[in-house]
Amino acid sequence: MTEQVIEKIETMDKKRAREKHEKEHPKSSVTLKIYRANRLAGERAHYDSIEVPVQRWTTVLDALLYAKEYKDASIGIRYSCRMASCGSCGMKINGIPRLACYTKVSELEGSTITVEPLANFPHIRDLVTDFSQFFTHHRDMQPYIQNEQADIKDMNKLSEFMQSPEDLDKFLQFSYCIKCGLCYSACPTVATDTKFPGPQALSQAYRYFIDNRDTAGKERTKIVDDRHGIWRCHFAGSCSSVCPKGVDPALGIQLLRGHLLGFSKNEKKNAELKERLKREED
Amino acid sequence: MLRESQIMKIHYITGIAALFVVAVHIMMRLIMPYDMSLEYENVIANYHNIPYVILLESILVLIAIHGFNGLRVILLELRQSKAWEDGVTILTIAAMMGVIAYGTRTIIVVNGMGFE
Amino acid sequence: MEKVADRNNREGLKGWLNPGRYGWERVSYWLQRLTGVGLLAYFVGHIYETSSLTQGPDAWNAMLELTQTPMGHLILILVIGMSTYHSANGIRLIFTHGGKGLGKPGRPDYPYDAVSLNYRQKSGIWIALILAAVAMLYGASVLFGGE
Repeated sequence: MTEQVIEKIETMDKKRAREKHEKEHPKSSVTLKIYRANRLAGERAHYDSIEVPVQRWTTVLDALLYAKEYKDASIGIRYSCRMASCGSCGMKINGIPRLACYTKVSELEGSTITVEPLANFPHIRDLVTDFSQFFTHHRDMQPYIQNEQADIKDMNKLSEFMQSPEDLDKFLQFSYCIKCGLCYSACPTVATDTKFPGPQALSQAYRYFIDNRDTAGKERTKIVDDRHGIWRCHFAGSCSSVCPKGVDPALGIQLLRGHLLGFSKNEKKNAELKERLKREED
Repeated sequence: MLRESQIMKIHYITGIAALFVVAVHIMMRLIMPYDMSLEYENVIANYHNIPYVILLESILVLIAIHGFNGLRVILLELRQSKAWEDGVTILTIAAMMGVIAYGTRTIIVVNGMGFE
Repeated sequence: MEKVADRNNREGLKGWLNPGRYGWERVSYWLQRLTGVGLLAYFVGHIYETSSLTQGPDAWNAMLELTQTPMGHLILILVIGMSTYHSANGIRLIFTHGGKGLGKPGRPDYPYDAVSLNYRQKSGIWIALILAAVAMLYGASVLFGGE
């Protein structure tokens, strides 16, 4: 008898706890309208509407993974870190390129969320796109420090560049780029010009140009001074408005162009190379 | 051949210069009542004024360069095959020269015309 | 089977024609292009129109009859607006293309607002639009007001 009472009390407690939880965290749902297409398999492009439950903190990626896990396992999505660090989950959400893991459902308007693959990238399947050309454009900018003084093969001459915080601030924000491709997708020039490197590559060109450890400034300007290079940027600013990391590629591109136009003289003082071995002896 | 940076510097400079000369050209329509300023004799008189003729010629050259270079940029962004790019470059330069030639012809002929 | 886009799923001209998604700078880019093309078309027409002077007063007056109509005046008012916007925004673009008025790079922090999309250069767009509107109003008063 006592056991039955205890069981009853426990059931009531659990029910009250569940009701309290539901009251504090009201469940609602949204409809995900997901672009589906598998070109290689000859599948016609269409949209699938899937209803998913959401809570206050649910991100679009959470919603997509819920749909993939419980409704349709064939949805193709690319994602990794889930914290806006890797740049894998870029997609068009309600027409604007965004990171799915960084976009909360609650910040979007309406009860239907349209999810499409990033524009301006070759399409593979569903929400997955091909980044090869994007990475090729990046590689074309020679995205590495070029300094003949730094002999990285001679381990005895291990040394460091003396770079002040002011020198660092000149390029640091551009180094935060996670290559998510949102800027490339938003750019109006990339929309039509297949040879244009895109905002990401051009801002990386500036990142290395202004880094005072790099001595290949002239070569870098020659790479971008092209018919389809930096001059085809018109400061539409869409790249900076969609960038999730505050890289502000438009700023980098205009600053680089300032150097090309002669608005800014390259007053960069090359970083001094201190030979560590010598310092240890001192 | 010009580097793209040189072409764009020309584009910016012609744009700024055109702004001043076009502003003067528009203001010339306001030195007398608008309808009167368009009467044949008054227009011809403008063409007999050598500084104004120089102004007109400079507008012609500056706007033709700036405008057709802008068109070249737009067309280059639309398609990127060698045939298209070469065609666009040649056509815009030809159009630029054609418009300058045709406008200069008007200026020279009208300058030489008497009042009727 | 749906044809794979030759141009790699690029938005194409459709990408240009939808300027409202990304803020004022994208709208200003779109307007700068539109006004540029419009002004070029007007320029070519204007050169042709003024060439009628070479054929004497009758040809000139015939041309005036064609252009000095209410529709002609409306087109001219539009041209006034386009040239004012294109010039004013063009000056803003010359500064911004040189990196002036865009702020300095620093250490971005949440909410990661872009320093280049600041109000100083953005207000240039609004000033260009206001100047264009004022110029159009003045042009309308001259053309239709019978001054």
